[in-house]
Amino acid sequence: MSEGIGHNVPRVDARSKVTGEAIFTGDLKLSGLLHGKVLRSPYPHALIRRINTDRAASLPGVVSVLTSTDLEDIDPYYGHSIKDRPLLAIDRVRFVGEPLAAVAAEDEVTAEQALSLIEVEYEDLPAATTLEEALSDDAPRLHETDTLRPGLFHGLGELNPDGNICYQHSIHRGDLAEAFKQAEIIVEQEYTFPAVYQYAMEPHTVIAAWEGKSVTVWASCQHPYLVRAELAELFDLPVASVRIIVPFLGGGFGSKSYTKMEPITVALARKARRPVRIANRVDEAMVTTRRHNMRCWMRTGALADGTLIARHVRLWMDTGAYADNGPRVVATAADAAPGPYRWKSFQVEAYCVYTNRPPSGSYRAFGATHLQWIGESQVDEIARQAGVDPVDIRIQNLLRPGEEVRPGGKALDADLVGDVQKIADALDWGSPKPPDTGRGLGVGLLAAGARPVSTAIVRMEIDGHATVLVSSTEMGQGVRTVMSQLASQELALPIEHIRVPGGDTWITPYDRSTGASRSTTLAGMAVHRAAREVRQQLLEIASQAFEVALEAIELRDGAAWRGDQSLSYSELIQFHFGFTGGELIGRGEVSPGGNKGSYAEGPVFWEVCVGGAEVRLDRDTGRLHITKLVSVADVGQAVNPDLVKAQEMGASMQGLGNALFEEMIFDEGQILNGTLLDYHIPTTEDMPDQFISRLVENEDGPGPYGIKGAGEGALAGVPAAIVNALADIGVQVTELPLTPERVWQALREAEAEHDDGGSPS
Amino acid sequence: MRVESADVYNSAQIQIRMIVNGQSMEATIEPRELLLDFLRDRLGLTGAKRSCDVQVCGTCTVLMDGRPVSACCTLVYEAQNRELLTIEGLADGDELHPLQQSFVEQSALQCGFCTPGMILTANSLLEEIPNPTRQQIQHYLKGNLCRCTGYWSVLEAVELAARRLQAEGQSEGSA
Repeated sequence: MSEGIGHNVPRVDARSKVTGEAIFTGDLKLSGLLHGKVLRSPYPHALIRRINTDRAASLPGVVSVLTSTDLEDIDPYYGHSIKDRPLLAIDRVRFVGEPLAAVAAEDEVTAEQALSLIEVEYEDLPAATTLEEALSDDAPRLHETDTLRPGLFHGLGELNPDGNICYQHSIHRGDLAEAFKQAEIIVEQEYTFPAVYQYAMEPHTVIAAWEGKSVTVWASCQHPYLVRAELAELFDLPVASVRIIVPFLGGGFGSKSYTKMEPITVALARKARRPVRIANRVDEAMVTTRRHNMRCWMRTGALADGTLIARHVRLWMDTGAYADNGPRVVATAADAAPGPYRWKSFQVEAYCVYTNRPPSGSYRAFGATHLQWIGESQVDEIARQAGVDPVDIRIQNLLRPGEEVRPGGKALDADLVGDVQKIADALDWGSPKPPDTGRGLGVGLLAAGARPVSTAIVRMEIDGHATVLVSSTEMGQGVRTVMSQLASQELALPIEHIRVPGGDTWITPYDRSTGASRSTTLAGMAVHRAAREVRQQLLEIASQAFEVALEAIELRDGAAWRGDQSLSYSELIQFHFGFTGGELIGRGEVSPGGNKGSYAEGPVFWEVCVGGAEVRLDRDTGRLHITKLVSVADVGQAVNPDLVKAQEMGASMQGLGNALFEEMIFDEGQILNGTLLDYHIPTTEDMPDQFISRLVENEDGPGPYGIKGAGEGALAGVPAAIVNALADIGVQVTELPLTPERVWQALREAEAEHDDGGSPS
Repeated sequence: MRVESADVYNSAQIQIRMIVNGQSMEATIEPRELLLDFLRDRLGLTGAKRSCDVQVCGTCTVLMDGRPVSACCTLVYEAQNRELLTIEGLADGDELHPLQQSFVEQSALQCGFCTPGMILTANSLLEEIPNPTRQQIQHYLKGNLCRCTGYWSVLEAVELAARRLQAEGQSEGSA
């Protein structure tokens, strides 16, 4: 079937997106809809002495003003990993931008004006607005550690909170001291990674309508079922009384994972007894979630011939005032820290740290993006000292399929050596370089898939068209197209006869989440299985209709064929029900138990993170120009190669932004570049001269047809490649982003060292 | 009734005329009213999206007398006696505009949030420069951000549309 897997079917949502017909949450209209606005703290850390909302409440057009006193009938704390966050600040604020009150009014201007009439008396508290301050002995405490409760989806073992450290995680193998004793080359360095804004172009938008003892929520959320669970717990409702509907998302990249603006919007609608919309502006989105800034110390040991033997890593991630997904980010960073090499011993100690900054959560390829450029720059440094080529040192040391990545985890399920060779080929590795030009590559792994719990339903309707009910969120990655293709393959049905509506927890069945590159593999497996059930029913009905054995029937192009005789699916369903109505239903499920425990050890698969770059340095200004970017999509089997390439391009460009200029700059907890005027993301003029993406299909993934997920790896691979390409020109940096100023400084230092004859000072 | 809250803003109501997607219309507006809110909330034309609010991202782009403007930073009043084109007015009935068609074929979109603005800016470019170089496209689209695609497919779609529009123009010219 030409529209099943492996084909470049055009996106099923493309037409609606080029005509403006595609509906996003902010495009919805409800009768009686109120506009909600949120009052946010101007202080990084302060006690709330008094809030007076009288003047705001009496402003004509204002329907409700919400503060924490309206939440006394519920347990107002949420947080999927640690239940540390009140729905609105209670008694104290912990970051600049923390919501402490909200207003619902007939229009946005009135709501905004009402915010200015709320009087708040603060008492300044000492703040810990950096990792260093938060980790110091006399640091102000963000939370009392004995009050920290695990969230609904914690799943990370003991919290082990300590001071401002809310979670710690360590992994190790072998005797570290002994391994370092054997090392003949040792590289040791400290590194800094900046806070980064995901910038999904559609800021978080939520509409909530409270009706009796239930609530309907339209939300720009990636994980409707996890949001449903948290809302049900917060407002003490059965899960089925919380209905989450997810229109198209204007980008996610992790920024819309887990619960964000939904609790405030629901609380406001509950009080107002009318539907309320809260639409974040970009400056509000920036204080809703971001990527963790990080400090890291790494030490790598090798033998004189470049054999890697030992690595020791300590890392501290700034999760801001509330944990959000910080613990998972820290655990994933720990998984990524050793890098995919055959170590005698490694040890990683990773800490998730509260600070008086806005909360940090998921952003595409979290953990791997943080660590890969660090680990890979040390591998390149060892290669330089050992006199080994960077490609050769990787071939020499990379894990092979089936080898252990970390103790207790899934063995390697990818051909990393092949992937690295593809990068090298695309970069013309070893060919002469123009002046001031360097080449670099990076390879790593990202623990992907999250929890393997997904379900799907396929309905074959009376007219022979199919509807695929699956709760994966379409946020641009093309999931509705991919699910259509998977169903098309099993049902032997043209794509235009398949419909994949958006997620709606009253209708589309449970899917754990849309993230961690899991949808094609896991929700796709559920769709595949559901479609197979329908396929089986069609075959059985056809075998009765044709009065032949099942094996004599072929399904093709929306019909069952026996030789040159055919019955359309519509005719088969009518035959089955003896009526011009009825439908066939197939269900599919993925669970760790249902897969003989093969997913239980985690991760579901190791996502390959490889990238290559060729960069040109302007020695006068420190400016880098990217002449070539390369990615390899090691995806097992591509359902739609064009969509895979599109993911690679997008992730690579985000990687370029993370590497070269993206950084949220804070001063005493206040963001200094809090709008798009000052926070620069890549534009058309930042594009590399050339982009090459190679597809690897070794059918080594756990999904149907050997599929494994994609879409994140290049974001971790690209910064590592750019950092190494710059080092190839002789400039080593230990802090991202690679701003011209920082590169120029590093260049001057490198030149000064060179003038000193290279002797260490 | 005098509404205290609106005093600052509702000091006057203004009658304006304009053409929106080929239809002339009159409206009573408030001086402070932004074109983006007017299009989205009052006319139900939600193709133009709100994102950065500071005229950087281009997702609210509409064409005013053929030139791209950021509707988030334009007063409705500025559209007085002007002709507006939004994404909803670009296709000819069911037949997509060549730019829309090439965006579909090249998968030059992912989440689609920036797409209406991107296509309208590209439309203005091709009116001005029918056969742009890649650098000209990059320069012209600099004010339309996209976080999903990395822009390659967008550039290819614009180039494809340019070729088609030129071929169309030539065949019309020779007819």
